[in-house]
Amino acid sequence: MSKHLEIAIDRIRCDGRGLCAELVPELIRLDDWGYPIIAAGPVPQHLISHAQKAVASCPVLALALRQAERRSRE
Amino acid sequence: MSRLRLLAGPDLSLGAERLHAHIERLGPPPVVRGALIDVLETSGLTGRGGASFPVARKWRSVAHHGSGPVVVANGAEGEPQSLKDRVLMSTRPHLVLDGALLAARALKASQVVLYVGEEHRASWAAMAGALAQRPEPELRRARLVAAPHRYVAGESSAAVHLLEASIASPTSKPPEPHIAGVGGAPTLVQNVETLAHIALIGRYGADWFRSAGRRGGAGTVLITIAGAVPSPGVVEIEAGTTVREVLDMAGGSDPAARAVLIGGYFGAWVDFTTAQDLALDPAALREHGLGLGCGVVGVISARGCGVCETARIMRYLAGESSAQCGPCFFGLRALADACGRIAEKGSNADDLARLHRWARDVRGRGACRHPDGAVTFLQSALHTFAPEFSAHPAHWRAQAPGRGVA
Repeated sequence: MSKHLEIAIDRIRCDGRGLCAELVPELIRLDDWGYPIIAAGPVPQHLISHAQKAVASCPVLALALRQAERRSRE
Repeated sequence: MSRLRLLAGPDLSLGAERLHAHIERLGPPPVVRGALIDVLETSGLTGRGGASFPVARKWRSVAHHGSGPVVVANGAEGEPQSLKDRVLMSTRPHLVLDGALLAARALKASQVVLYVGEEHRASWAAMAGALAQRPEPELRRARLVAAPHRYVAGESSAAVHLLEASIASPTSKPPEPHIAGVGGAPTLVQNVETLAHIALIGRYGADWFRSAGRRGGAGTVLITIAGAVPSPGVVEIEAGTTVREVLDMAGGSDPAARAVLIGGYFGAWVDFTTAQDLALDPAALREHGLGLGCGVVGVISARGCGVCETARIMRYLAGESSAQCGPCFFGLRALADACGRIAEKGSNADDLARLHRWARDVRGRGACRHPDGAVTFLQSALHTFAPEFSAHPAHWRAQAPGRGVA
């Protein structure tokens, strides 16, 4: 199975608590209102455990790790 | 240039065409089967609600993702500048119903819903009256549902949400409504003008549809001409007609006019001179990084102020956020405030820098495309009115009565 994972966010659930940006600042920064801006593209291998921690720690369950969409597939 | 199809027939001032007159003029709705999807594909018809999405592709997705789909005729028309859907619904309701009927039959739909803006009284009356005249079982069972008077109410997931839970705010995707919408069934949310075209394509075919259109465009398009022109209103044009030709149909415009808003509030400002030769066709506009959107062409006069007009529209769009996603709710408000400060108190470098940065930050970060549409509009203003934004005096200029675009 491919290990290309990306961070998906449910924008309606997200409340801007900001834990994710503290747990994986390499991939997530906050905008001026405290809401996450997630780096585009797959999560690098060495950050996957951090990303998993961010997903698990989100108090409103707004984050998920999912298979990166492959562009070639319809 | 003007070849009437949707708006052919009796004078529009006579109001809603009745069923017997409609059938006398065009014949009964044709018998269609699944092959209508192939015909639509050949016709090249794209959606007229704003996104210009290929109709056949949406239908195939609906047909593919489950049985008993729902057909929603979308006449919410929340865009303040746009009049074309309500003109169509209030004068040619049976074209819209024919299109909905053909969709329901081709896709074997379990129900048909007519979703009409609550504030469009004439459209509502015409659609209700027309529905009562129809004998077809699919339409006898159809529901007429009021779309709340909100900009986002016409977004497809908001329409589905309203039908499911009486809340007209967009929902998180996936799933897209055409995959799983009302009651989990695939749901075709299709703009009423698109359905009216389908009513005619079902009768006369794809080649007929493509026989209108200029400079590579296919078929006809309803356009709302707004702002600084002698006679604003709705016209039907061949796809690919230029902005200059369209403005001539509205009595011409002041050659010193400053800019044209193409596509409505999710569209873009284009310098007036540059806009003249643009062909109004989704594919042709895309080559210039523009979109046809809901078909609004709005002119701002030489006396108007692009910064003040933009500030007004941004304030409106910020207020129309459904307040569900932080970047949209807070971001659009902050952008509208910064625009307002420049309009009211004059240019300042800090606000200008914030506008550019926040517009980039907000894009792509909502459950629906409301924030994307708003920042596309804003970025076009920052580009087209760059001199005004960097040297704006402390005024909040009034619109000349009846002359503003906002």
